This record gives sequence, C-alpha cells and structure tokens, in this order.
Amino acid sequence: MDSKKWDKIATGVLYFIAGVMILILAFLLIFILWNGLPHVSWHFLTSPAKSFQSGGGIGIQLFNSFYLLILSMLISIPISIGAGIYLSEYAKKNWLTNLVRTSIDILSSLPSIVVGLFGFLVFSISAGLGFSILSGALALTVFNLPLLTRNVEESLRSISGSQREAGLALGLSKWETVLKIIIPEALPGIITGMILGAGRVFGEAAALIYTAGQSAPPLDFTNWNPFYIASPLNPLRPAETLAVHIWKINSEGIMPDASQVSAGASAVLIIAVLIFNFGARYVGNHIYRKMTGTK
Amino acid sequence: MNDEIKEKLLKKSRATRSEFRGRIISFVCTAIIVTVVVSIFYFVASKGLATFFSNKVNLWDFLSKTIWNPGSTDSHGSPQAGALPMIVGSFAVTILSAVIATPFAIATAVFMTEISPNKGYKILQPVTELLVGIPSVVYGFIGLSVVVPFVRHTFGGTGFGILAGTFVLFVMILPTVTSMSVDALRAVPRYYREASLALGATRWQTIYKVVLRSSAPGLATAVVFGMSRAFGEALAVQMVIGNAALLPHNLVSPASTLTSVLTMGMGNTVMGSAANNALWSLALLLLLMSLVFNLVINKIAKRGKF
Amino acid sequence: MKKRIFILLGLVFLGLPLTACQANSTDGQSITAVGSSALQPLVEAVGEDYTEANSGNFINVQGGGTGTGLSQIQEGAVDIGNSDLYAEQKKGIDAKKLTDHKVAVVGITPVINKSLKINNLTTKQLIGIFTGEITNWQQIGGPNVPVVVINRAQGSGTRVTFERWALENRTVLQTQEQDSTGMVRQIVASTPGAISYMAFAYVDNSIKTISIDGVQPTNKNVQSDKWKIWSYEHMYTKGEPTGLTKTFINHMLSDDVQNNIVSKLGYIPINQMEVTRHLNDELQVSK
Repeated sequence: MDSKKWDKIATGVLYFIAGVMILILAFLLIFILWNGLPHVSWHFLTSPAKSFQSGGGIGIQLFNSFYLLILSMLISIPISIGAGIYLSEYAKKNWLTNLVRTSIDILSSLPSIVVGLFGFLVFSISAGLGFSILSGALALTVFNLPLLTRNVEESLRSISGSQREAGLALGLSKWETVLKIIIPEALPGIITGMILGAGRVFGEAAALIYTAGQSAPPLDFTNWNPFYIASPLNPLRPAETLAVHIWKINSEGIMPDASQVSAGASAVLIIAVLIFNFGARYVGNHIYRKMTGTK
Repeated sequence: MNDEIKEKLLKKSRATRSEFRGRIISFVCTAIIVTVVVSIFYFVASKGLATFFSNKVNLWDFLSKTIWNPGSTDSHGSPQAGALPMIVGSFAVTILSAVIATPFAIATAVFMTEISPNKGYKILQPVTELLVGIPSVVYGFIGLSVVVPFVRHTFGGTGFGILAGTFVLFVMILPTVTSMSVDALRAVPRYYREASLALGATRWQTIYKVVLRSSAPGLATAVVFGMSRAFGEALAVQMVIGNAALLPHNLVSPASTLTSVLTMGMGNTVMGSAANNALWSLALLLLLMSLVFNLVINKIAKRGKF
Repeated sequence: MKKRIFILLGLVFLGLPLTACQANSTDGQSITAVGSSALQPLVEAVGEDYTEANSGNFINVQGGGTGTGLSQIQEGAVDIGNSDLYAEQKKGIDAKKLTDHKVAVVGITPVINKSLKINNLTTKQLIGIFTGEITNWQQIGGPNVPVVVINRAQGSGTRVTFERWALENRTVLQTQEQDSTGMVRQIVASTPGAISYMAFAYVDNSIKTISIDGVQPTNKNVQSDKWKIWSYEHMYTKGEPTGLTKTFINHMLSDDVQNNIVSKLGYIPINQMEVTRHLNDELQVSK
C-alpha cells in the first residue's frame, strides 16, 4: 500500500514540477514576444539598421545570422561527427582517450569572450581574415565543437552493442557498420544536439564581437557573386548578427528607439530559432525515416 | 585463373580500404579538435602565467587577496591582483544555480520520458531547445527588468547580487540540463523498466531505483554541462550581479564573477600589460576550476555505474 | 549517400580558402577602425555617409574598447585605432609611434535616478559620494535613500576622465561596475538612489543630470571649459595616415561633418571648442 501511495505522491510532484517548468518557459516566451512583436513589421525585417536615427530595421543582421549559422555548421558538423565516431567506436579505452574527453569538456566551459579573443588573434589577425563572417564562423566552430562532439559520442554510445554485432555479422566493416547502421539509428539524438548547437550559434554574441564584428555594411542583394565586396555571400565581409546587434544597441545604442529595436529584434530572433528548430526536426525525421526504413 | 583468385585474396578489399579511410577521417577530426583544445590551453596559459612570471604577482596573493586593481601596484611594486572575490562569486552562483536547476531539470526530464512521453515530450522538447537559442543578452535584460526589482522588493538591498545572478543562471541552464537529462534517460534500455515493473515495482520505484540509477552518469554529465555553462556565462550574469570586486557579505550585496570581470576589462586594457595579463590569469583559473569540477563529477559518475 | 555528403563538404572546405584569396583582390577599398565603443556610433555614422558619397570604399568600424583599439593600431593590425584617452595615458602603449587625430569632444555628466529631488551638487559632495563617505542622500539634503554608486569598468575612458576632472583623482570606493553606457542608464533609471556618470549623448529622459557647483552640463559650458568634465575622442593612426585612411580622417574633420553629423549625434564638434586642453592638462584659449 505504502509504495502505491508514494507512487501517487511522486507522480503528483513530477506533474507539478513539469507544470512550473512550463510556466517559467511560457513566461519567458510571452514576455519576449509581448514586448517585441508590436515593433515587428515588414519594414523592420527588411530595412538596414540606422546608427542614430529611429526607424532602423534588422534586415542585414537577420541575413547575416543565417549565413553565419550555415557556414559554421558546415564546418563543425562533419568535424564533430568524425571525432564523435572516433571517440565512441575507435578510441581505445585508456588514459589518453579520457584526457582528450576531459579536455573537450573543459573547453566547453570557456567563457565565450575568451574564445572570441582567441578567434580574434588567430583567425582575424594571424590568418589575415580580418573582421569577417569566416573568422566568426571559425570562432563559433571552436565554441561549438566540444558540445557537438560530446553529443555525437553520447548518441552513438546509446545504440546497443547488438546493432554493431549485427552489422559486423553481415560482413560489413566497422566503418560501414557505423555509417549505415549506427549513425542512422542515432540520428534523432545527433539532430537534437545539432539544433542545440545551432541555437547557441544564433544567440551567441560575445564570441562574435571580436571576430565577425559589430558592423553591417550595406549589402547589394542583386549581386550574388561571392567575390564582390558588398555581395551577401562574400564570406570576408564583416557581419553583425542579430544577437550582436541586440547587444550593441543595448550597450551603446544612441538611436532614440533603441529599446524598441532591441525588443523587436529579440522577438524576431526567437521566432527565427523556432522556425529553424521545427525545420531541422522535420528534415531530420525525414532523413531518419528514409535511412532506417521505419514509418 | 588461380592467380586472379590469389590476387583478389591478397589485395585489400573495398571494405578494408573504406575502413582504413574511415579510421583516418575520424582520427583526423579528433586530431583537429585536440589541436584546437591544445592551442587554446597554450594561448590562455601563456598569457595567464605571465602575471606570475613577468609581472611578479605571488600566486598565493592572487588566490587569497581581495583587492582587485591590477592596473596599479601595491607597496611591493607588484600589481594588486587579488582574485578571491571573483572566485567566491563564481563558485557561489554556479553551485547555487546548479543546486536549484538539477531537481527541476531531472524531474522535468523524468516527466517527459517516463510519465507523459507523448504529450509532455511533444510540448517541452521544442520549447527547451528554443530557450537555448535565446541570447544571453536577452536573459540579462529580463533579469534586469524582472529579477532585480523582484529581489530588491523581496529581500532588500539594491537587487544586484549573487541571488539575482543565481536566478538568471538557473533559467539559463535549465533547458540545457533538461534536454541532456532527457537523452540520458532515453538511453536506459526498455527492458530495465520492463523487468522492474514485472517484479511488481511501482512506476515511481522503477524510476527511482532503476531508471535514475542506471542513467546516473548521463545525468551527471548533463549537470556538468549546465554548471560549465553557468561558469562560463558572462553577459547575462554581468548585467545582474553588480560587478563589484568585493567579497560578498550576503546574497543580495553586489558581487562579481570571474567571467564578468574578464568580459568587462578585456576591451579596456592593452594587450600585454599587467592589467591585461591579470585578466588572462582569471581565464586560466576558470579553465583549472572547470577541470576540477570535471574530475570530481567523473568520479561520482563512475560510482553510479553498476 | 553519406560519401557524397563528405565529398561535398570536402569541396566546400577546399572552396573556402580559394574564395578567400580571390575576394581580397576585388575592386573597392576598405579600411578598418577598431576601438572605443563611445566613439563607435560616430565613426559608423560618418563611415556610412562617406560610403554613400564614394561607392566602393568601405569604412569598417568595430568596437572592442579603447584598450583593444590602441593595442591593435600599435600592432598595425588595423588602420585606425579609436580611443577615449591619449595614448600616453594607457600603460603598455608606445605613443611615439602613433599619430593622434582629435575628432570630437565628449562632455561627461553625473546622472541620478529621477526620483531624487536633487539638482545640484558641490564638487566636495560628489567626491564624498564616490569615495563612500556619503552613503545616504539624507546627508546632503535629499530623501532618506541609500546611495547606490554605479561605476564604470576599470580603465574605461569615461571613468578615467570622470575621476580626473570630477573627483580630482581620488581613490573611489570599490563598488558596482558596468562597462556599457546603455547598462548604466538602465540601472540608474530603475534603481532608487542610484548615481553614475555618462557622456552627454546618452542622456535621455529616463534619468536626470545634475549641475556641479552651479554649472550646468551643457555643450556651451564644455566649449568654454566652464564644465570641466570632458575629453577628446581620438582616432590614432600608425605613423602618418595614407590613402583612404587619410581621406577618411580628413572627411571626419571637415566642417560639413563636424557641424552636421558630429553635433547631431550629441558629440561636441572639435572646431567649436574655445579652448584646447593639452596632454599635461594645460589649457590654451584658442578663440
């Protein structure tokens, strides 16, 4: 009897805590959207920012955020998957592997400003990339790799050993087993990690202040030649992202409508992350179904 | 004829070659990461150690003194770099926020995986992922406009301090810890639960005695990640903690963390000067402290395995 | 399928450096100015103005703080280093290698929370507040509210100027610090009994300025040096500027920009100053 009562109590408590959690999250979302959405308009989304008059938009920043996200994910996803595979499938269980793992964990706790300065000195200055999307993307890769790698490793590890044995028994090599059986099976976990990583990229400001920079020069949206200096695709132009823009107008903005722009930009940022999350999840599920044959 | 077969047998098969290639690719990826890690460590360490070797700050003074003014020198001619207030502040907010966030996150994760895997999961999963994407600046501003006045009215003081920092960090690390706990709980094989239920255990007993225990290492990792995020978080904490390099008297007096002082000072100091090196020492300290955290948690996690 | 993805990614990797090389050699010139976040909005606005008039020339303006600006110009990593301070005032900078261009003047004023009914402070009272001797507004005839001092980050140009000209270089008490003006403004606006200081350009109606010894913080008083708390905004170049850097600095100093953009943004045009203040604080009446 007693254990049944405990079961009921525990279930009640869990419901309560989950409810509180939902309330906190809902409060945050509603707070941001309520404050921000009234300032969002088509004009706001498409026009460039103004430096000291009111009426500026966030068009370029929005584009920059997405471009930077894609670029940095293009670099970090393959590296993290490769390293995750190595750590979970190939690495011998010894102190060296543990050392690598621990150092990756520690790296993930570095404050982003340190990563930003590292990126500034290494990518922007030593490598000569200057304040550019590319150095921003590389800095974000450094910032994101630890989390992504650990996530891939954990996801791969959670696949049961029998799947590997089955693959090997079919005469597949280890690598083929990993690529064709383990990764498809672990895909949902990996995708969750990628989405979390992408969210971090989207919201990161401190690592970008010194690398991708805080200025958004006007772009020529009719010229998509990536070598042209004002082309949106040029990876060597400075690019202020949405999160950096929010940070900047909050800290030193002198336009009269700074707080409205900041609230509106925060709301847009959240909606963008939302769309991105759902999109990635949809695509991820699609690939998962295709690769595993489940319905 | 025979030669052909012989050759075929002697030649490496396609699978062997792809295996070799795969090994190399994945090894190279790991090597890239290790290179990045090593170079960052070297980078931070070389600058951080300069405080002690070229600016002649005593290591013990650095850890135990409470006056932080590395731009000027004390009576012995070495920079006044006493980091104790920041060390205390960082530890306080990290531990407090993790202590509050862990039960919340794990309970929510249990709810999402064990109690209501369909509805609860479908609602909470996207929302937690969404919250990770909110920039820390926005968290900071919500903290400034909601948490700080709340603390001021309820607990007195100016509202800026460790308590406000804890609240903000609690909300910030909640999504990360929750979603990683969910992954850890989902990794527990189904038959563990079935076996426990078959033995007549209630759902709560199953959760408590089987699921939580077998996922302990994963949960610990989730908490470490949360803590390391709290530890390294700069912008949001900086907005609400007050940034006073003073030993905190209580939870509502202005304090500072390693990251807040680091972030604030970086742009205002000249690279290579004593003041700048002292900031890098803080970064180095941050690395070392998270190393300690990691080792401790790894030990705990190992004990949780069975 | 996976393999194809890998190959594709490999191509992208190879492609990036190639793009990098070619992008450098395209037409259009750009220079980079880095440093002081207080000067950043101005340089940005003038840069936009310049780009509009001379298409293909980009002025890339970044913040990062005075320290970053001076270290990077000293390294030669950027074209212009923006600074709130004389390079000589910053430790670790060899000012001889740098050329100073004073492009504007900023006035700095103490600001307080609006609920305080205080309009004037004497210098002595101000020093008392910032050194921690005065801890309640009651002590100087205000309401019974504790004083909350919000300072700027150590080494920030605003703080150095304020301590020099308003507090006579006294050692201030260790207290709350913030590194950005926007934050300071928000905190002062929302915290009862708060006092801080900021550049004129950032003052809005959410906070209140105060006079010191009866002198009001206005542009006019700064121009005549009646209001002492002001400083130059500097753009440093390594050696004499050349090419686009030179043209841009000349554009910045042109009467057109000084009289329109500079004053519109709340800075004080350099050509309207009636006095010149030298590095050693010596004053010289120029008009």
